[in-house]
This record gives sequence, structure tokens and C-alpha cells, in this order.
Amino acid sequence: MHCGKYIKSQTVKLCIVVLHIDGIRSPLASRCYSHAKVETDEEFDARWVTYFSKPDIDAWELKKGMNTLIGYDLVPEPKILDSALRACRRLNDLASAIRILEAVKDKSGPHKDIYPYLIQELQPTLIELGISTPEDLGMDKL
Amino acid sequence: MLATRALSLVGKRAISTSICVRGGHGVAKVDDYNPLPDVQFVTELSAVQKSLKEKEKGSWATLSNEEKIALYRISFKQSFAEMNEGTKEWKSVIAGMFFFIGMTGLVVLWQRKFVYGPVPPTFESEWKEKEVQRMLDMRINPVEGFSAKWDYENKEWKK
Repeated sequence: MHCGKYIKSQTVKLCIVVLHIDGIRSPLASRCYSHAKVETDEEFDARWVTYFSKPDIDAWELKKGMNTLIGYDLVPEPKILDSALRACRRLNDLASAIRILEAVKDKSGPHKDIYPYLIQELQPTLIELGISTPEDLGMDKL
Repeated sequence: MLATRALSLVGKRAISTSICVRGGHGVAKVDDYNPLPDVQFVTELSAVQKSLKEKEKGSWATLSNEEKIALYRISFKQSFAEMNEGTKEWKSVIAGMFFFIGMTGLVVLWQRKFVYGPVPPTFESEWKEKEVQRMLDMRINPVEGFSAKWDYENKEWKK
């Protein structure tokens, strides 16, 4: 990240010089951002739903996927979690399903309204698959 | 680059597991927080646990709450609540602070008695009275300050 910072600041300095020479405020489109394609939220969600939807997903892939997803600076959408919970079902792994729910609650941090929303959205799936929430099991208390 | 080099000195970690890893597609990523560990907690299953694992292959709705908790405990050592529980260390820290402040207080008292000499004569009340009188006679700060508060007619402090 710091390497990128050095390179970027050079280009930024160059662009600022160019802007001043022009004497006009260039429009937003010509700002010196990277030209890499930015993935939209929908593409991100779809990619992860597809990942967990793999019919013959194995335990390692489930763990790897979840750990990576939880490592991101976001709380996954209900549809991604739904796909992950179904993957747990295919793998006969109830413990991981409960763990996933705990993890997203933890991920929400101080935003206490995210987790109830997720549970509300996932309720049909939880009932269908017979997954109890950590709260049902009393695991959210010590 | 600086951050990763500092981390490799402190934690002896490979640079690939540094905390500031970019997760691709512009999303920030952390490598050390793994809710689903590689190895399950209980490796040797008892007969009860094995039969429970078999039952897990069927419908989960048929499992009781105790069975679900038992399945969880096979895979994971601690729940999130247990993992995130704070220690009671802060009490020791505060106690230590008070102790050392107290010790310092004792040292200060001892110093006052045995180290410092007497205070100058200018602190005696008789001296101070004469000092105040002198200041009033000199009209120190007569507009808004010291002497302004003295009532020269009635020879007392203004109310």
C-alpha cells in the first residue's frame, strides 16, 4: 500500500502541474485515479453467491471463502449468507452455520441494527434448514 | 512498505500476512481474523459425538438445542462471546496505579519532613501583613487589580 502511495503521489503532482498550466478546473473525469475496472456491489455479491453455490463445494473452500469474506471491510449481504448457509447444509456442518451467524454479528461492530436485519432476511432459510441462531441457543451470552 | 517491514520486525510474520493487505477489487482485507479455523477443536470424537455427527447428516430441525451446542463445541473451542470477553486486567492496572501514587505520596511526605529546610521568613503572617500594607501604600494595580479592591476611606476590603 505504501509503494502505491509513492507512485501515486508522483502522478498526482504531475497532474496538479498540468491542471495549473491549463489554468482551468478540469472536470472530475480527468482525475488521476487508477484505470483498473472497479467491481460494482452487485458484481461482488453475485461473485460470492456463485462461489458458495457450487454444488460440490468442499469444506476447505467453505472455510476459505468465509474467512476471506469476513476479512473484508463489509458485512455480507443476506443473499451471500444464504448461499453460504446452504453450502454448510450440503456439507452437513451445522456448527459452521451457527459460526457464520456469530461472525456477521461480530462484523457489524457498533451498528446494532445490521444483525437483526440479516436474521429477518434469512429467517425463511433458517427455518427451512433448521438452523438455530446463537441467541436461540444462548450462545451469545457467557 | 514501511508498515510491512515494521511488522516483520515485530511479529516475525511473512509479508503476505501483514494486516494492510489489499483484497483485490478495491476492498480492504485482514488476514488474521479467521472465524472458521482449519482444524476442528475436538479431533478425537467419542462414541456419543460420532453418533451426533451422523445425526447431523439428517434434518437439523430434529436436533435439540443441547445437541446443536454439542456440535458447535466439537468444532470450536470458544464461542464469539467467550472469545471476545475482556479480562479483568484493568482492575490490576488501576490498583497498581493507586499503589504507586500512594508510594509517591509517602515519599513526598518524608521529603518534606527530612529533606527540605524551613520555609523563608517571608511566609510568616506578620511579614505578609506588612507586605500587603506596603502594596496598598504603593497603590499596586489601583484600577482593576489589587488596590482597587481596597476601600481606602474605611480601611477595609471592598465588599
